[in-house]
Amino acid sequence: MKSIVVQNMSKSFDKGNVKALDNVSFEVEQGELFGLIGPDGAGKTTLFRILTTLLIPESGKATVDGLDVVKDFKEIRKRVGYMPGRFSLYQDLTVEENLSFFATIFNTTIEENYELIKDIYIQIEPFKTRRAGKLSGGMKQKLALSCALIHKPSVLFLDEPTTGVDAVSRKEFWEMLKNLKKKGISIIVSTPYMDEASICDRVALMQNGQILDMDTPLSIIRKFERPLWSVRSQSMYKLLTDLRNFEGAETCFAFGDAHHLTTKNNSFDAPSILTFLQKMGHSKIELERVEPTIEDCFMALMKNS
Amino acid sequence: MTSEIVIKTDKLTKRFGDFVATNAVSFEVYKGEIFGFLGANGAGKTTAMRMLCGLSIPSSGQAKVAGFDVYTQTEEIKRNIGYMSQKFSLYDDLTVRENIRFYGGVYGLERNQLKEKINYLLHHLNLEAVAKTKVKDLPLGWKQKLAFSIAIIHEPKIVFLDEPTGGVDPVTRRQFWEMIYDAAERGTTVFVTTHYMDEAEYCHRVSIMVDGVIKALDTPAGLKKKYAAQSMDEVFLKLARDAKRSE
Repeated sequence: MKSIVVQNMSKSFDKGNVKALDNVSFEVEQGELFGLIGPDGAGKTTLFRILTTLLIPESGKATVDGLDVVKDFKEIRKRVGYMPGRFSLYQDLTVEENLSFFATIFNTTIEENYELIKDIYIQIEPFKTRRAGKLSGGMKQKLALSCALIHKPSVLFLDEPTTGVDAVSRKEFWEMLKNLKKKGISIIVSTPYMDEASICDRVALMQNGQILDMDTPLSIIRKFERPLWSVRSQSMYKLLTDLRNFEGAETCFAFGDAHHLTTKNNSFDAPSILTFLQKMGHSKIELERVEPTIEDCFMALMKNS
Repeated sequence: MTSEIVIKTDKLTKRFGDFVATNAVSFEVYKGEIFGFLGANGAGKTTAMRMLCGLSIPSSGQAKVAGFDVYTQTEEIKRNIGYMSQKFSLYDDLTVRENIRFYGGVYGLERNQLKEKINYLLHHLNLEAVAKTKVKDLPLGWKQKLAFSIAIIHEPKIVFLDEPTGGVDPVTRRQFWEMIYDAAERGTTVFVTTHYMDEAEYCHRVSIMVDGVIKALDTPAGLKKKYAAQSMDEVFLKLARDAKRSE
């Protein structure tokens, strides 16, 4: 049985003026780590709210664990774990009180499912008598994840768990997810950070309520059609504008310490780009063909949509 | 970028009880420089930034921002800087035009100046068609670009940007950085924080704070060389991994 099946799902707000989800379909396999990758406004949170039965879809169907998100909402709520984007635990309860509260409402105990949260909870256990509101960002995140897991859900929904979190904590969080996956829980996670896509089994790239593409990260990268170049020179800002004026240029974007140039076709080879840049007065030119990243793919898909 | 110093701190420190949020931090920022201010959550970035914006009085140490003292001339500082963050930027229930007019008024622009600015910005940002649209109905990327333009509407010497591109799509994020470059080319100093490590590469110099102190400060190329790293991401991880505290 599939963990999640979504068919032609649409949802709009503000009397139909804002189309949050526009005919979205996808499936998540059991035990899969599935990523929804996209900027704010892509529709990620709306999708999560529908799948966790907090919102009713306008049209389309969805099941979680084989159960209908509208008809079987009570049963679904027992089976899913949900970590919303905003910290939603009780700030005035301690770490331990929060965890035991969530265990109680799901009719279980901390002890019963301790094995599942042990690796995560152990890191905040020294602070178990501290109020949740007084925890650091990283610790809040670990507590929220522990609370979302304490009833041993079959599907875990994580809405932007790494937004606003520094690069070190982000890496730690994804390590935790990899370990959870080994325990057989299906995980669906959203993120605006494109570089986090590579850790997922499959991803859906989302923009303006639509799925631009969905596949394994590697397959998405393989679908990138145009030749991609990494270019550097002594004057990076001028290089960006100059490259955009190159006759063979399709797009050019800053990409960390280099610019990524896509060319219209293979007839624009390295010598032709080099000649152009030398003519424009650039020196210390470094040019190489590179493999695209998910972010390159996302931008190319945005352009086509 | 020039050699004119616009921010200078000397052992700038802020204590909250026993906790030293910012610990004897010393650095200089130049006119027209894009200065990346990085650090792990809880490293003390926000506290340092609040002191530099004249919103928090230091416990000890010295600092001058745009030539004004952070102890005695906080009002002058506020008039000479711009500020934008993802959380605080525009009024959702005002239209695009109203937001520009409001902030221009707050920053003391004259009536004629203001009129000119409104027309210039609407045209320059390609927002003429949505001038009467409420800001809440704009796509996030447009909002951020408008917020940035408004943050520098009074042509401040320095603009502070606190995670300006969080959650923004990759194309708009890059367009935003092109606006930053443009402002810097025209002499505005840009003091920016970000969690996107590729954006650290776009800065002229980058400082990395860990546990209240500046662990490293150099050009991105200099930092990568020093820490034998391929990317700024790697530099950051090497420096911040051993951080003792978080938020």
